[in-house]
Amino acid sequence: MVKFLFKRILAIIPLLFGITFLVFILMYAAPGDFLSEARASKDISKERIEAMEREFGLDKSWHIQYALWLKNVLILNLGESWAYKIPVEDLIGQRIIATLVLSITSLFFAWSIAIPLGVLTAIYKDSIFDRITSILAYAALSIPEFFLALLAVFFAASTGLFPIGGRTSIGHDFLAPLAQFFDYIYHLILPTIVLGIGSIAGMMRIMRANFLDYLRAEFVTTARAKGVPEGWVMFKHVLRNAINPLISAFGFAFSGLLSGALLVENVMNYPGLGQLIYSSFLKQDQYVVMAAVVIGCVMLMLGNLLADLLLGWTDPRIRLEK
Amino acid sequence: MTNGIIKELLHRPLGLFVSVILILLYLCAVFAPFLAPYQTSDQNLDKSFHPPSGILWKDGSFHVKIYENIDPTAARYEVIQGSTIPIKFFAKGYNYNLFGFIPMQRHLFQLETDESQPQIYILGSDVTGRDVFSRLLYGSQISLSIGLIGITITMLLGFLVGGLSGYFGGKFDFFAMRFVEFLMAIPGLYLLLALRSALAQHFESAQMYLMIVIILAFIGWAGTARIIRGMSLSIRNRQFVYAAESMGQSTIVILFKHILPNLTSYLLVAATLSIPGYILGEAALSFLGLGIQEPSASWGLMLKQTQEDMKVFMLNFWWLLTPGLAIFITVIAFNVLGDTLRDIVDPKMKV
Amino acid sequence: MEETEQTLLEAKDLEITFHGRDEKTEAVRGISFSLKDGKVLAIVGESGSGKSVTALSLTRLLPEPPTCTVSGEVDLMGKDLLTISKKEIRKVRGKEIAYIFQEPSTSLNPVFSIGYQIAEAIKLHLPEVKNIQERVVDSLRRVGIRDPEKRYKDYPHQLSGGMQQRVMIAMALACEPRILVADEPTTALDVTIQKQIMDLLKELKDNLGMSIILITHNFGIIADFADDVIVMFRGKIVESGSVDSVLNNPQHPYTKALLACIPQIGKKQDRLTTIDYAQLDA
Repeated sequence: MVKFLFKRILAIIPLLFGITFLVFILMYAAPGDFLSEARASKDISKERIEAMEREFGLDKSWHIQYALWLKNVLILNLGESWAYKIPVEDLIGQRIIATLVLSITSLFFAWSIAIPLGVLTAIYKDSIFDRITSILAYAALSIPEFFLALLAVFFAASTGLFPIGGRTSIGHDFLAPLAQFFDYIYHLILPTIVLGIGSIAGMMRIMRANFLDYLRAEFVTTARAKGVPEGWVMFKHVLRNAINPLISAFGFAFSGLLSGALLVENVMNYPGLGQLIYSSFLKQDQYVVMAAVVIGCVMLMLGNLLADLLLGWTDPRIRLEK
Repeated sequence: MTNGIIKELLHRPLGLFVSVILILLYLCAVFAPFLAPYQTSDQNLDKSFHPPSGILWKDGSFHVKIYENIDPTAARYEVIQGSTIPIKFFAKGYNYNLFGFIPMQRHLFQLETDESQPQIYILGSDVTGRDVFSRLLYGSQISLSIGLIGITITMLLGFLVGGLSGYFGGKFDFFAMRFVEFLMAIPGLYLLLALRSALAQHFESAQMYLMIVIILAFIGWAGTARIIRGMSLSIRNRQFVYAAESMGQSTIVILFKHILPNLTSYLLVAATLSIPGYILGEAALSFLGLGIQEPSASWGLMLKQTQEDMKVFMLNFWWLLTPGLAIFITVIAFNVLGDTLRDIVDPKMKV
Repeated sequence: MEETEQTLLEAKDLEITFHGRDEKTEAVRGISFSLKDGKVLAIVGESGSGKSVTALSLTRLLPEPPTCTVSGEVDLMGKDLLTISKKEIRKVRGKEIAYIFQEPSTSLNPVFSIGYQIAEAIKLHLPEVKNIQERVVDSLRRVGIRDPEKRYKDYPHQLSGGMQQRVMIAMALACEPRILVADEPTTALDVTIQKQIMDLLKELKDNLGMSIILITHNFGIIADFADDVIVMFRGKIVESGSVDSVLNNPQHPYTKALLACIPQIGKKQDRLTTIDYAQLDA
């Protein structure tokens, strides 16, 4: 188990290396550099710029720059954001939490709808309920996330039931702790639904197909022949088997959520990692982008790792040591 | 074989239905200049956020109602009673080239007026009084073609890399597959942003179009290559490939003459199911302001403008969401088509 | 026991029909048979003759209508199993009539430990048993699994085919049912293991005093193990009686043909005998 974890974490390193390298090259190739904005800015002194140039070696060629960045990352110095003029760690910290919270609530929202729907449509295969659900699933799969986000904003604006964007209300800081918590929840509802809907359809279809496969399995007859009640057969014997592919797709779903979050966060003005990456790209705020990309990829890989661990836990046939 | 699939497709009600929808959509794109009463950049600043025009039957012809902007800050319009302009069909309007090379002046409909600024808004107008209906039609040219061109490049690249990987194995296979896995490990939109940022911010529309296609294809080919590799690996060991090899045929010939025909049905299904990804990719890029730019129109760009103005949401200008509906219809049609094709070819196929 | 000859289970005019989209298939077309207390009744026939479906229909394990309809009567000591409530039939399953199937590897649920799967039956039918684990270990020991205290936590994939079938038997017998339905219990196993499993079943039958319905197409097993036999062909019983009379003096041409198909040591044959269906239909 420990060996498995160690191996998997080791495998992440070359991938991270490759991704940061790619992003670095791409940003280096981009016209202008991130200092062009800083140089034009009046409130940054010339000495400061030169000090920065020395610190990160901007006067040197790109491979030395990259090596310097790597060295700084290894001592956990992610650099400073030009746009916000604070260390990247401080900037990204709260964004990660925001995006992580959004992704996780979306995932749970999607699962809590997709799994029962998948099971029910499998049990009541070819019924009217099954047909209608599959049509809705098609629709949900085909609707672009940012359009759904637009519709949600439209809905929020025209009904006034939900906030139009943001993570907190204006008066958030003056609220009692419990009220602050509910304020977060209130702002999380629409983004969660928007981000979750696309995943529901896909997961539901996987769930339905798996459940149908396992309904025909011989161990289902064995369980019935033992006198196990029908509901127990479905939700214990069949579901435990049918849910495994969904768990292994956890990492994949997480990747989709990270991409989706980028658009949804922008439309719904939710201050997460995706929104930060996007705006930093536009501003060529290089160290922020690099750090955000690294963290996004680490999150993704940890998601994959978690999926493997979960699967090893739910499916006894999978031996993690191998 | 492909003929058989198409015949079977048209025999299924759902398959026939989405095929007809897609054909209509693409016809709209091809005949966009003929169908659109105005050009994408034709503004009418007095008619900002104009609602869809009412049309009535009067004196033996169709007339369009004329509206007055009674409250410019809230963009409130009222019909001017009795004031209408007749609609002429197959009338002369602005010059354009049909299919890009046939110079024409006739349009499906025009208004009988000397005013050159837009007056009839079938689907309302945007902030600068441009006709949403015309922009939707012109936008479809970009949004719909990008999928087809992108998928062609992707399939070709995926087939070449995947096919060669499976065929040769060894080092080429190893490195190609590691690269593929690397590309697939990065969340798609992040990669899209990174690639886009490496290039200049502004391009001419034609260059921009090409650039989007290339970026999308670069991201998309990896998944295809991996599946094709697996398939070509299994075909590679069949007798007819050995036979072709023993007769001294070159690798490329074997790949295209012997391996490709065995993959056509897979490629057909995979391509159909991948097209929505390109349409959505272009829309997302343009929506983020990194794709198609003014004065050109694309569905994603139109939605970006919708999002930028809070008025749209507060005052319920629903017609500005129609590009989203257009994307939705196109994507769902391709998804249904792809699934139906898969059902015909092989219901167990993994794409 | 010979003198009592009490009838335990009786099936009358059993008819089973599957309803497909366009056509319906009559899998079993009006058969009657009975199982006597403490005896082994063998049902023999080729695949598709309706023998497995018959076995499943006894406790209504077939798909529900409209997919499949069963008519007739299955009488278990005065109860008609085809008409009693769902709750009552669940009490019969596993408690009165238990099953073991042909393919142990797919008949065990891969995600639960074997101990759990055996315990499930005990929890359902014998709520009075306090120490379930002990009972599970006992039932594993009974079917000849070594170190049952350790194996208890194993998952099906960690066991060999023969061991898996022993677990199936342990599970079926955990609640000491009166009737065991064994649907080709040895077909998927190696020949040496087949012998071990059949010896085990024989021993357990004598120890527990249960009756067995044995579905097979192996006449060797029937001769060795069964008391009575019915021969099924295309959903009908073509011949029935004691094992001695049927094997030594078959009446129906299909039974004769089946028996003729068995290769025999010392008898030189160029080809294995096959059944000429055209002749049977005539």
